[in-house]
Amino acid sequence: MVDVTIIGAGITGSLIAHCLSRYDLKVLVVEKESDVAEGATGANSAMVHSGHDPKPGTLKCRYNLLGNRMYPDLCRELQVRYVPIGAYVAATSQEEEKKLDTLISQCIERNVPYEVLNGDEARKNEPNLSDSVSKVLSLPTTGIIVPWEVTIAAMEEAMLNGTELKLDYEVKSIEKKEDHFLINGEIKTKVIVNCAGAHCDEITGMLRPSPYRVEAKKGEYFVLDHLDGSFVKHVIYPIPTEKGKGVLAVPTVHGNVLLGPNSEFTPDVEDDSTGEGLDFIRSEVAKTVKNIPFHKLIHTFAGLRPHIDLNDFYIQEDDLIEGFIHVAGIESPGLTSAPAIAKDVCENMILPKFKEAKARENYIRRKPFIDMKEMSDEEKEELIRKDPDFGKLICRCEQISMGQIRDVINRKCGARTLKGVKMRCRPGMGRCQGSFCEPDVTNILMEELHKDVKEIRLDRPGSNICAALAKEDL
Amino acid sequence: MEKHELVIVGGGSAGIAAALGAAENGLRDIVVIEREREYGGILQQCIHNGFGLHTFNEELSGPAYAEKYYSLIKNNESIHFLYDSAATEIQGHVVTVQTREGMKKLEGKAIIMSTGCRERPAGAIGLKGNRCEGVYTAGTAQKYLNRKGFLVGKKIFILGSGDIGLIMARRMTLEGAKVIGVAELMPYSNGLARNMKQCLEDFDIPLYLSHTVEAVHGRSRLESITLIEVDNKLKKIPGSEKKIECDCLLLSVGLIPENKLIEDLGVRMDPKTKGAVVDDYYMTSVEGIFACGNALHVHDLVDYVSIEARKAGKAAAAYVQNGKDETETIENIVQNGISYMVPQHFHKGNDIEFMFRVNRVFKECSIHVFGKGLNKIFKKPGIVPSEMQKIALKKEDLAHLEGELFWEVCE
Repeated sequence: MVDVTIIGAGITGSLIAHCLSRYDLKVLVVEKESDVAEGATGANSAMVHSGHDPKPGTLKCRYNLLGNRMYPDLCRELQVRYVPIGAYVAATSQEEEKKLDTLISQCIERNVPYEVLNGDEARKNEPNLSDSVSKVLSLPTTGIIVPWEVTIAAMEEAMLNGTELKLDYEVKSIEKKEDHFLINGEIKTKVIVNCAGAHCDEITGMLRPSPYRVEAKKGEYFVLDHLDGSFVKHVIYPIPTEKGKGVLAVPTVHGNVLLGPNSEFTPDVEDDSTGEGLDFIRSEVAKTVKNIPFHKLIHTFAGLRPHIDLNDFYIQEDDLIEGFIHVAGIESPGLTSAPAIAKDVCENMILPKFKEAKARENYIRRKPFIDMKEMSDEEKEELIRKDPDFGKLICRCEQISMGQIRDVINRKCGARTLKGVKMRCRPGMGRCQGSFCEPDVTNILMEELHKDVKEIRLDRPGSNICAALAKEDL
Repeated sequence: MEKHELVIVGGGSAGIAAALGAAENGLRDIVVIEREREYGGILQQCIHNGFGLHTFNEELSGPAYAEKYYSLIKNNESIHFLYDSAATEIQGHVVTVQTREGMKKLEGKAIIMSTGCRERPAGAIGLKGNRCEGVYTAGTAQKYLNRKGFLVGKKIFILGSGDIGLIMARRMTLEGAKVIGVAELMPYSNGLARNMKQCLEDFDIPLYLSHTVEAVHGRSRLESITLIEVDNKLKKIPGSEKKIECDCLLLSVGLIPENKLIEDLGVRMDPKTKGAVVDDYYMTSVEGIFACGNALHVHDLVDYVSIEARKAGKAAAAYVQNGKDETETIENIVQNGISYMVPQHFHKGNDIEFMFRVNRVFKECSIHVFGKGLNKIFKKPGIVPSEMQKIALKKEDLAHLEGELFWEVCE
């Protein structure tokens, strides 16, 4: 019998597993995709909001403020990157300045550090702010992270401490028995945490009529190649509207810049295709920033926000079904909120059910990913001396060695797919988008996983790379 | 720190020829840094023939061309190749190299960048639709097929009529895939005439001119694409969408010179070629750093790459032996129908071969070259953007030139 089963290995599910892994509980995470962080966690603005924006009194507001404060320590603990780069919210008209004043008063009420700059002062620090920007709210506690890196690290550490992860495992049925649940007729578990993102209403619907309905909202983004701070140094927000935070310019941890998102409802919760939204982003982002280096465009993507019709997070134990915990509607600021949600769910909703649970002794910490780009030549030298594969460069754009790729495959929660390798150590994230190195990464996956080429996939089942061997169909 | 006369970054067709050019002009200490375990670069995956007509008077496959050219330097004791070695940074004239034996620092009195080019990926053209498996650049599909032995799709559609796309249309057909068609945004093909004939017409593969791919569809694997027609201003024509079932879309939508290392060094770049700005010695804006081959501008034929790189090697040798030509340079100004010119500026004391492309199709026309003290017209039978043009001027022609040199197409 499993103590706690978490459905969905996005950032919330993974951080809940991570919190629980400190106790001697039997924890299982099931995920329908072939890797963690494949849903909303894998496609968003990759930032930690300061908490200036959510409506007062909402769960979004509460968890955002708490989560923002938790990130620096959490990232240090997991040995992943957190960069407190700060944000500018830019007003371009008198009307917008008024809305900015509302945000300023929210900062005061919420104890969010801030500073107010006029347009010229702001442009001194951020020369590519558009000329029409007249007033700026500067938010120094805004940070950037790599969402999937946090997720992978949390899951890796949880697994080092006993958590089990089942990938490619879709939940199709849940039955409530006397003192446990039965998932797909085979997994017995005392508690279920529903972290299924865009599918959380379907999961709930397996036990009872769902009190909420997912209305997925698509957000599309542009990715620009490494600009290394030469374009924008802060996250640049426009003034938020009813539709959301608006189209942002976000520097990433790796020196790229994201432009986006738009926000459109989509009828299909699996549809993460890009479309007309990209044209909208192009025109929207030009309102707050200028000299946008669109010639550095290397990628576009879309993510689905698991918005629910209650317009707030829904985080509580079910009022009818004991042991079934909802963590639903985790859209923006969900990434920021995730550590606070995880802590709350773990300490106040799950642990009280397991009074006997003791803290795990000899908790095992994960080792950080090997980032050769950040190393000195001496450090690289030492690494290569131990294993010459670290001297063999596979990805020229991001300068990733064969040793790094082997390392991310051979870990707990290791890469099983091309995308998994890409998320963990970046071959394919650069300006050539993997057109040089992908065949070599495929080879390394085959070697390390002892698989035939026909079994190597981009990500989910069916996304196999090899369609046929040469001449096979002749 | 190792010190050398010349460090060449990249051991593909340009790097090999540059080494030859430098050695035959007197350099005795040349190092070529090559990422792969063998010389030849992208030639090694180009197993079709058509290489070498200008250089060796015969049609060779890519690997055979590489081998034949390499044989010219194989026994040359002045040239040393470092394999499995990747240049990761250049500072001043010092190249940092990552190898299986550790990190190395190589200083060259001169450095030649022969780093080739990369393909424009799907992300850079904002292709709409899902990020499913099955969308590849033609070169990646080529590497998978020719070096790893498998097909990335069975029903192929190709976007862009660049040469690699055309070559792959034939290759994939011969290996058992069905190529449904090729779409080209422009009203004319972007590939060489011989590739249009030998790779498409001979296999009855339709070419859709003035068409592009509007979107890709599929969950795990590509299932279909939407083909759309464009008008003469390249604007998509609503209502002309056509869904085509396929499991693979190959992109052959342009090549981009690969210059990250020297961009980081602050070398002046030409926004048109996406390569360095060079003078007639192929020297960049940083003294002693040279560029040639597809890293400088994308060439049509490997033979042209070799010719250019050999000259760059010769120029680098002259620089190492005699220092920089300190005479002033004259700027080329391109206008009216010409998209770029290499070299971008030049010393007028030399015979110079200018290389350029036009920005649209011209029927019978002439190239007008003029400035203070020079006025020349070169008749052309009809030229297209996909064919690189060359015009040579003698130093006598240039002797009286002052100020800038202008280039334009007259119809």
